[in-house]
Amino acid sequence: MQRVGVFICWCGTNISNTVNIDEVMTAVENMPGVAYSKDYQYMCSEIGQNLVKDTIKEHNLNRIVVASCSPRMHESTFRKAAEAAGLNPYLLEIANIREHCSWVHKDKEAATQKAISLTRAAVAKAILNDELIPGEVGVERRALVIGGGIAGIQTALDIADAGYEVDLVEKTPSIGGKMAQLDKTFPTLDCSACILTPKMVDASMSSKINLYTYSEVEEVSGFVGNFEVAIRQKARSVDMEKCTGCGICLAKCPIKTALSEFEEGLSNRPAIYTPFPQAVPNVPVIDRETCMKFRTGRCGVCEKVCPTKAVDYDQKDQILNKKYGAIIVTTGYDLIDLDYFGEYQYMDHPDVITGLEFERLVNAAGPTGGKLIRPSDKKKPKKVVFIQCVGSRDKSDRGKSYCSKICCMYTAKHAMLLKDKYPDSEAYVFYIDVRTAGKGFEEFQRRAVENYGVNYIKGMVGKIFPTNNKLQVNGVDSLSGEILQIDADMVVLAAATKAKPEADDVARMLSISTDSDSFFSEAHPKLRPVETHCAGIYLAGACQGPKDIPETVAQASAAAVKAIGVLSKSKLVNNPCVSEVDKSICSGCLACADMCPYEAISEKIVEEKANGKIVGRRVAEVNETLCQGCGGCTVTCRPGAIDLKGFSNKQILAEVDAICR
Amino acid sequence: MSREKITPDITQKETVKISEISEENILDCLQCSKCTAGCPAIHGMDILPHQVIRLLQLGQVDKLLNSETIWSCASCFTCASRCPRDVDISKLMEALRLMVIRVKGSNKLKVEKIPKLLQKNMPQQGIVSGFRKYVK
Amino acid sequence: MNYSYYPGCTLKTKARDLEESALNSAQALGVNLVEQEEWQCCGAVYPLASDEIATKLSSVRSLVAAHEKGEKLVTLCSACHQVIKRVNHDMKTKEDIRDKVNNYLQLKEDYQGESKVIHYLELLRDDIGFEALAKKVKVSLEGRKIAAYYGCLLLRPKEIMEFDDPERPTVLEDFLECLGANVINYPYKTECCGGYLSIDKEKVVQKMVNNIISSALEQGAKEIVTACPLCKYNLENSSLYNKEDISISYFTELLAEALDVDVKED
Repeated sequence: MQRVGVFICWCGTNISNTVNIDEVMTAVENMPGVAYSKDYQYMCSEIGQNLVKDTIKEHNLNRIVVASCSPRMHESTFRKAAEAAGLNPYLLEIANIREHCSWVHKDKEAATQKAISLTRAAVAKAILNDELIPGEVGVERRALVIGGGIAGIQTALDIADAGYEVDLVEKTPSIGGKMAQLDKTFPTLDCSACILTPKMVDASMSSKINLYTYSEVEEVSGFVGNFEVAIRQKARSVDMEKCTGCGICLAKCPIKTALSEFEEGLSNRPAIYTPFPQAVPNVPVIDRETCMKFRTGRCGVCEKVCPTKAVDYDQKDQILNKKYGAIIVTTGYDLIDLDYFGEYQYMDHPDVITGLEFERLVNAAGPTGGKLIRPSDKKKPKKVVFIQCVGSRDKSDRGKSYCSKICCMYTAKHAMLLKDKYPDSEAYVFYIDVRTAGKGFEEFQRRAVENYGVNYIKGMVGKIFPTNNKLQVNGVDSLSGEILQIDADMVVLAAATKAKPEADDVARMLSISTDSDSFFSEAHPKLRPVETHCAGIYLAGACQGPKDIPETVAQASAAAVKAIGVLSKSKLVNNPCVSEVDKSICSGCLACADMCPYEAISEKIVEEKANGKIVGRRVAEVNETLCQGCGGCTVTCRPGAIDLKGFSNKQILAEVDAICR
Repeated sequence: MSREKITPDITQKETVKISEISEENILDCLQCSKCTAGCPAIHGMDILPHQVIRLLQLGQVDKLLNSETIWSCASCFTCASRCPRDVDISKLMEALRLMVIRVKGSNKLKVEKIPKLLQKNMPQQGIVSGFRKYVK
Repeated sequence: MNYSYYPGCTLKTKARDLEESALNSAQALGVNLVEQEEWQCCGAVYPLASDEIATKLSSVRSLVAAHEKGEKLVTLCSACHQVIKRVNHDMKTKEDIRDKVNNYLQLKEDYQGESKVIHYLELLRDDIGFEALAKKVKVSLEGRKIAAYYGCLLLRPKEIMEFDDPERPTVLEDFLECLGANVINYPYKTECCGGYLSIDKEKVVQKMVNNIISSALEQGAKEIVTACPLCKYNLENSSLYNKEDISISYFTELLAEALDVDVKED
C-alpha cells in the first residue's frame, strides 16, 4: 500500500499570491493514496526540508510529492532530503505550481484549480514510481578548449595547473586571439603583448597542454565525461616537427600581396606566413589560395630555401578523433561589418579606421612600427575624431541592440595614446553615454578629460564629408545644441562587437543554445554564468557576450574550475531514467536503434525454447551508459516493448488521467 | 525671456494624438542626436530634431506646434534612415504639421500665393508637394 | 517588352525634356513604355500620416491598372516613384490601409500590392542590364566629368524603396560609366536639395544646394545629372550655379545623347 505525503510550498508569496493554498490542501487531503499533507512558506529552507524528512519517518510515508517550483530548481534538493530519510530519491515527484502556474496566471481561482490538477497528476504518478538505482560511468580525464584567445589560454592553463590534460584547438595559425592585436590595455595601460605572450609561451611549454592550431572542431558526440570529438588539423604545408621557425621562407616568398589578417589589412604578408613575430607555435603556414605554387604549379621557392626541408606541399588535412570529459567554448567575438554605415566613409576613405586598426597603428610591432600616421598619406594626424556606438545600441537592421561594453574604455585609451604620442594633437570623442562601470574605469576615463584634455562631446556624427585632404566631420553637441564641424585628419570608429559568424554552427554541433544575437547562452544569467544547458560544456569570454579582458580572464578561470569538477571524479553517476526493453514483447525490428540519437540501442540474440528446440531470437538492447533518457525509442516501438524508467507509459497515462478527472 | 517650470507629462492628449498619427514610439529614442547631426535643413530650425523628440517625451507639444522647425523639415528621411532606434522622425514632424493645419483656417500655404510661384518656373511637383504639406 | 508607364504632373509640363528623352531612348532600346490611360497626379509627397487614405487613392488606381495589364509600372520622376512605391508597400503590408482603400474603391477584385513598381533606372539596371546598354552606346560620353545627384526620394527608406544603398549608392554612377563618362564621386550626392522648402524657405534651400554644388565642383565635376525635376530646379537656383562651370541635366538626356536619339527641343 502506497502512503503518499504531499508538501505544498508557498514560495514566500510567489505561489500563495495566485494560488489559494487552503483550497489546494483540502483537495489534496481527499486524493487517493494521500496519507499526509502539509503546507509551508519556504519548503526548500532547512526547516522545510526537515519537515519532509521527519514526516517520512513519523508517518511511514513511502511516496513523496512536493508541489513547488520547477524541478530544475529544487528537485535535487528534495531528493536528497528523501534519501536522508531512508527513501529512494526517485520515489519523489515534483508538481511545478510556480513556473507552470502561479507565475504565468493572474486569475486566482483558475490558478488554484490548475495547481490542484498538477498536484493530483504528481500524486498519481508518484504512486507508480519505482525505486531506481543509478549506474556509474567512467570519466575521460582530459578537457577540450575550443578557441585560443586569452579566454582559451587562461582556461587551458588553469586546467593544466590542476594536473589534467588539455587540448587547445585554435582555428588560425597561432594562439593569442584579439588580445594579441591590442597595443595597451585599460585601465592600467600595460602593454598587451607583455602580459599575454608569457601566457602563450606557458601554454606551449606546458606538458599538459596540446596545442592544435590551424585546426577546427568538426564533430562532437557523447555526453559529460565522455565526449567524442573529431578535430580537423588543416594542412599547414609545413612540417611542425622539422620547422625551426627561422623565417627564411617568409622573407623569400615572392608573393607579398596578401592582406595581413593580424594587421587588420593595414599591411601585406607573404603567401607563406606566421601571423605575427611572437606567434605560438612559431611555424608558418602556406595560404594555398594565394600561393603561386598551389595556384600555378610553378615557384617552390620556400621549399628550396628551407634549411630543414620542412615545407611539404603534399600535406593533407588530418582528422583526429579524441575523447574528452569536458569542453570549454572560448571562441571570442568579431567587429560588425561597416558596409551599411556609408555615412562614416569607412569603406571609401583610408583614414577612417576601426578601433582595432588603431591598435595596430599605434603598436610598436605594427605596420608603421608604432608611428601613428594616416594610412592615406603617411602624415601625422593633428585632429582625430573618435566615434563611439557605431552600430551598438542600434536596433535598426544596421546594428546591434546591445551595448558593446568595451568601447567607452578603449576609446578613452586611444585618445590618451594619441595625446601621449602627439601632445599638440586634438582628440574629439563623440558619445551617447559614457559607461565606465569597472574597477578604476571611471578614474581612467576622467583622466582622459581632465589631464589629457580630450574633448568629449555628447552627441553623434551625422556624416563625414571627405574634402580634398580632410575629413569634414559634421556632428552636434546635444547638450548645448551647437552644430559642429570638425576638419579631422583621421576618424576612429568604435564598431560594435558581434558574435562570430560561425557561432550558430558551433552551437548546433555542441547542442548548446545561443541568444538572438548568436552569443552562447549560459545556463542561468546569475547563478550559472559559465555553464551551458548541456552538462560538461562550459563558456568563457566574449563568445557569451561582449566582455573586456579582466572579465574574460575571470570567467575563463571559473569555467576551468567547473571543468576540473568533472575531471576530478573517476566516475560520474548516471541518470537512472533510461530506456528498458521488455524482451518478451520485442519483435526485434530495431526501429528504435535507427531512431536513437545516442547510438545506445543495439541488437542482441536471446536464446529461447520453441517447439522443444533452443532457437536464437533477435531483440533490442539498451546500453544504459549511452542512453540519455530522451524517450524517442518508446514512441518508435510498434509493439510497445520499450519503456523509459521513471517516465513509463503507465505513469504518464496516470498523470493524464488525473488531470482529466 | 522668461522661463517657466513645467511638469513632464507624456499622457496628455496631444502627445497621444501624435503617436497615433505617426505610429512612432517616441520612447524608443535615447537622445543620441544622430538625427540632428545629419539633418541637411538644420540651419532653418529653431528646435533641433533630437530636441523635438525630447520635448515630445516631456509632453511639450505646444512649443513644437509654434516652432519654425516643423516647417523647415523637407521630409528627406535622412534622419529616419540613420536612426539607430528605428524612430521615423519625419513621421513625427508630419504629425506635428498636421496638428497645426488640421485646425480650420490655419493652412500654412495660401492658395493666392500659387500663381506667383508658377511664374517662378517652379516645377508643378514643387507646388503640389508644398500644397500637400501645408494645406488641409 | 511592354511596361505600364506613369508620367506624373511635371513631366507633361516643366520637365518635358525628362519624359521625351526617356521615352525615345526606351524605344531605341526596344522597350515599349505605354502611358497609362487615366493616370492622376500622385500628390508629389507620400502621405506620412497613418490616418490618411484619400491621398493614397490616385496611386492605387495606377497600381491596379498596371496589375490588370500584368505589367510592371515604370516611373521616371523621383517623387512619383517614392509615392507610388510606398503606397504599394502599404497595400501589401498594412492591413488597415488595404481594407479602407479596397472598401472605398470597390474594385472587382481587392488589390493587395501585387504590382511591381520600378524606376526607369531600375529598368535599365535590372531588366535591360548595364552591360547590354553599354553595347548600344553610339556616342560615348568619354572624357566628360559627370557627377550623379540622387537627392533623397529615390533611396530612402531603403527597406521600402529597395533601390540602392542609401548612403553609398552606385546605380547612377554605374549608368554613367556604361555611357563612357568620367564619373566624379562627391560626398554630397545623397544630401537633400531642400525639395518643396523652396516655396517659402529660399534661404534654407540656398544653403543646401550650395553645399551640393560646391562639393561637386571641388571634386572637378562639370556636369550633374539627376532624376528629379525639383532637384534640378533647386540646383539651378543655387547662387553657385553657372551653366559654364557646371550644367545640370536629367540622366535620360545623357542617355538619349549617348544612344544618338533625337529629342525635340522646345
